[in-house]
Amino acid sequence: MTDLTRLFAHEMTAGLRAGEVSSRELTAAHLDAAEAGNHALNAWLTIDRESALAQADAADARLAAPAGEADDHPLLGVPVALKDLVSVKGGQCTAGSRILEGYIAPYDAHITERLRAVGAVILGKTNMDEFAMGSSNEHSAYGPVANPWDLETVPGGSSGGSAVAVAAYHAPLSIGTDTGGSIRQPAALTGIVGIKPTYGRVSRYGIVAFASSLDQIGPFARDVRDAAALLHAVSGRDERDSTSTPVPVPAELLSLPASDDEAATGLRGKRLGLPKEYFVAGMDPDSRRRIEESVAALEGAGATVDEVSLPHTDYGLATYYIVAPAEASANLARYDGVRFGPRLGDSDVLGNYLATRGRGFGPEVKRRIMLGTYALSSGYYDAYYIKAQKVRTLIKRDFDTLFEQGFDALVAPTSPTTAFTFGAKMADPVAMYLSDACTLPVNMAGLPGISIPCGLSEGMPVGLQLIGPAWSELELFRLSRGFEALTAGASWRGREPAQIALTTDPEQPTPAERARSLALAR
Amino acid sequence: MSGLSRTDVEHVAHLARLGLTDAELSLLEGQLNHILEQYMKLAELDTDAIEPTAQTIELENILREDVVVASFPVEEVLRNAPATAGGYVVSPPLLGEDSGR
Repeated sequence: MTDLTRLFAHEMTAGLRAGEVSSRELTAAHLDAAEAGNHALNAWLTIDRESALAQADAADARLAAPAGEADDHPLLGVPVALKDLVSVKGGQCTAGSRILEGYIAPYDAHITERLRAVGAVILGKTNMDEFAMGSSNEHSAYGPVANPWDLETVPGGSSGGSAVAVAAYHAPLSIGTDTGGSIRQPAALTGIVGIKPTYGRVSRYGIVAFASSLDQIGPFARDVRDAAALLHAVSGRDERDSTSTPVPVPAELLSLPASDDEAATGLRGKRLGLPKEYFVAGMDPDSRRRIEESVAALEGAGATVDEVSLPHTDYGLATYYIVAPAEASANLARYDGVRFGPRLGDSDVLGNYLATRGRGFGPEVKRRIMLGTYALSSGYYDAYYIKAQKVRTLIKRDFDTLFEQGFDALVAPTSPTTAFTFGAKMADPVAMYLSDACTLPVNMAGLPGISIPCGLSEGMPVGLQLIGPAWSELELFRLSRGFEALTAGASWRGREPAQIALTTDPEQPTPAERARSLALAR
Repeated sequence: MSGLSRTDVEHVAHLARLGLTDAELSLLEGQLNHILEQYMKLAELDTDAIEPTAQTIELENILREDVVVASFPVEEVLRNAPATAGGYVVSPPLLGEDSGR
């Protein structure tokens, strides 16, 4: 019998519509996989079996008696995982933080409503770096997440749990958020597809905020078509998020070519740019070779790839680490122990604030609140914050200039390295921040960027990033689908994560135990 | 743009309402200064004539319809509060002798 967890979402859709499988069967198979794999992977903070099965039964009823257009979406009956910063009414929403432990969302996020409307089945909530601040998932208050390709390595972050849930076959689809690379980098490190849409594409109503001028929601999937279908389901204008933009959501997101020949043909005549600055200092040479081979494959399919320059790339890191912490320090002021979350301390208002925030936040969040508070404080506002916003203009102009010249997209590495070992970057925040050197400029410019698998380096996945002009998600998906088709016969394509078999062994150490023994050995 | 002293770190922690231990303050002093060194790179760029970018999508104001919609039920909203009484959140006094100010 087929293992239902190995199916792509579009295969599940076909099976559901043909009556060959029920949503209850699909949902139960994924719940079983998630429960069995969570000891060794720690990808999930909540697995809600009862609610998921009830949603599956409701989806099966809709499939049996479809009531028009509302029941046409391909995700009807398909399981999905949500990062634990998406509000699901009546469920805990921690954002990976102790300060939200026990917080029960009083309402559904916009994207939760959208997923319910199309009939997707929400399995539960995934682990993440606290308040989405981190590039390894080691900054979760609920323990690190292991990468199924090598259980001693990180899955990337901050959406590490959502990436692993999909890479390890606990869900065909998941939702993450990306403020500086938090979807694309974990997608690259776990060998799956992840897209950060254009700023404004998906409403953030009901999402725990990190940096409001940068945060964007997006999908993870094991192939390009599935990612496009999930983006289709959650996109579109919502008046409860004033940055959500009234730009039409293309229906073609649901009809990317199934045929490899057709998809590859679409690459012919495409004009791509290869920004030389993205081959950053410290880039792993073998990962670089995978990118170069990918470029050669794209050229072989009839695309032209020209070396281009984004001259302010090197200023991205400093700019980001002023703007994002500044916005975070303001957003996180609401966690004061008064209206929700644990209230620590037993004195006056100020004493309670200091205790609640001092003990409720983890080290990375405190570091960023400190950075942001400093950058916004009297006497430094112009020197840091305004300066960074001006450099942000220059970074955005770099991209605008290239797209005005007619490039369809830019091709680049997603991450300078493959997945690193637990603890490797925990002592040096700047080393950790550099993990996002190739992704954060895209957030600064508000553009869409997708990471797709492009091979292995020493057995670990490498991601190829495609960056497009604003609102070009459909084009990015078409190009990505073309690349996927070109590499359909590659030896690494379809290979399961190397240590997937170990992830269901209850004798295996937890990720936290692995991280501790590695720290002791260091 | 000079470095942060220990007193500066303590001041910023106070502004941010973060109660930090001595060990945390010491660690942060080193780390924040290392990160601030990265910021110095921005001084290389002449940005006098550049406008700042606060957001990237050039949206005009969009007004929503001014209609009455239901609020969340009080009991659901208050369910997350650490202390409540009579439909309100209970907090230590903000003003007066007991406020600690």
